[in-house]
Amino acid sequence: MSEPKLQLSGVKKAFGSKEVLSGVDLDVPKGKSMVVIGGSGTGKSVMLKCVLGLLHPDEGSIKVDGEEVTNLDARDRDKLMQKFGMLFQGGALFDSMKVWENVAFGLIQGRGMDRKEARDIAIEKIRAVGLKTETAELYPAELSGGMQKRVGLARAVATSPEIIFFDEPTTGLDPIMADVINRLIVEQVKELGATALSITHDMASVRTIADYVAMIHEGKIIWTGPVGDLDRSGSSYVEQFIHGRADGPITRRVV
Amino acid sequence: MSAQSEEIIGNSPPGGKSLLDVPLDVCAAIGGTILTFFAVVGRLAMFVGRAIAHCFLPPYFPNQLLRQLIDIGYYSIPVVGMTALFTGMVLALQSYTGFSRFNAEGAVAGVVILSVTRELAPVLAGLMVAGRVGASIAAEIGTMRVTEQIDALSTLSVNPFKYLIAPRVIAGTLMLPLLVFVGDIIGVFGGYIVAIYNLDFSSGSYLTQTWDTLETMDVVSGLVKAGVFGFIVAMMGCYHGFNSQRGAQGVGAATTNAVVSASILILIFNYILTQVFFS
Repeated sequence: MSEPKLQLSGVKKAFGSKEVLSGVDLDVPKGKSMVVIGGSGTGKSVMLKCVLGLLHPDEGSIKVDGEEVTNLDARDRDKLMQKFGMLFQGGALFDSMKVWENVAFGLIQGRGMDRKEARDIAIEKIRAVGLKTETAELYPAELSGGMQKRVGLARAVATSPEIIFFDEPTTGLDPIMADVINRLIVEQVKELGATALSITHDMASVRTIADYVAMIHEGKIIWTGPVGDLDRSGSSYVEQFIHGRADGPITRRVV
Repeated sequence: MSAQSEEIIGNSPPGGKSLLDVPLDVCAAIGGTILTFFAVVGRLAMFVGRAIAHCFLPPYFPNQLLRQLIDIGYYSIPVVGMTALFTGMVLALQSYTGFSRFNAEGAVAGVVILSVTRELAPVLAGLMVAGRVGASIAAEIGTMRVTEQIDALSTLSVNPFKYLIAPRVIAGTLMLPLLVFVGDIIGVFGGYIVAIYNLDFSSGSYLTQTWDTLETMDVVSGLVKAGVFGFIVAMMGCYHGFNSQRGAQGVGAATTNAVVSASILILIFNYILTQVFFS
């Protein structure tokens, strides 16, 4: 692996007595796409929120470009966020704003760019994700789920971030639309030369967008390797997960 | 040691509770409630401190502030105006009914102007705005919380305290005094209408009595109260919305809590401020 852009070491996070992350160690190489797989409730989203600073880890270290970022003050955190882009699972589009205003939001409010210039960039990004220019004037509520994901992707890449996070990018989409979104993710990440960290349990998504895969189970990374090694991981947990078998070392309590 | 003495010092038999466990359980429940209360007060104090700091620290979002000034101020005029109008009218009627028993009808104008400016306009406007604006703020921010829009703001390098909270708190604090000033005028006008057209007062003497009774402090104290109430309404809406739990039920609870807590705080602070101004 090349030099890590993002490095997590011994990251722990508990909510009350429930420990969700029990010491996550993960290196994401610069310019590569790392996908973290794992079942629901294994700590994927919590890990992502710790990296983004939306949650504060109880223990451990998170480094971006070799710099510790766990205890940044608000001003430095805002500055760090300029390196990040994020596609949320539900889109998280601002429903009071038009599509182009959503895409241009980070440019106008986060970077202080002129509205006209930001609008031009937003339209360009909207077209780059396969939407028509007219879509720019619509509100998020007027869009289908797939279109909202595309707008979310356009917003995530509009500020040309160095690191892009994808939270369950294909959840709730039909297989064809899921593949379209996966291909757009690959295209946009490659075009920007960005580092990507995704979390998903959609194996088709993993095989399309990942350079490296890591599996999280019970709050720990239990396997990591190139996507090509996924089918010969030698881990019974990974085997069970990628083949979607009910029988195996991963047991689910039915509540 | 006998079984009886073991029970007295708290070594409970399997499956049962000793006599000492009952008062201990009561103490634990009371202690837990007190700790929860202080935890909530602490969280609220930290939230208020952060919100106030972000009102003064750059960057600023003037467009958001303007939008909130219009939402909170301009669109609340009908609600506050109607409340003030009918309050003034009822006040004139009721005070006339009461004072006529003592042949003191001439005090109606003074009672209306003092009651409206000192108490009724700020308190009723505060409560009406808590219902209209506090609920709206909590529901909007709560929905943004549960749909991850607040997280999205952070990932786009925009501090949610500066973008969402500060403009609403500033707008609430500035606009409620203006609304109350308008409410003062409309409330007095309501009393005037009833006094002249229903109770056969002379227009000139009613206005003279009104003007003679009024002192600057009466209006100023009402406007200061209104500023405090506006701050409370906006802050409660923001706090409960920002800390909304997941789902529609969470947003509903946040909205209810915002209105209830703002209303109670308005009544408490009304007493405190009245004590400060007029004791």
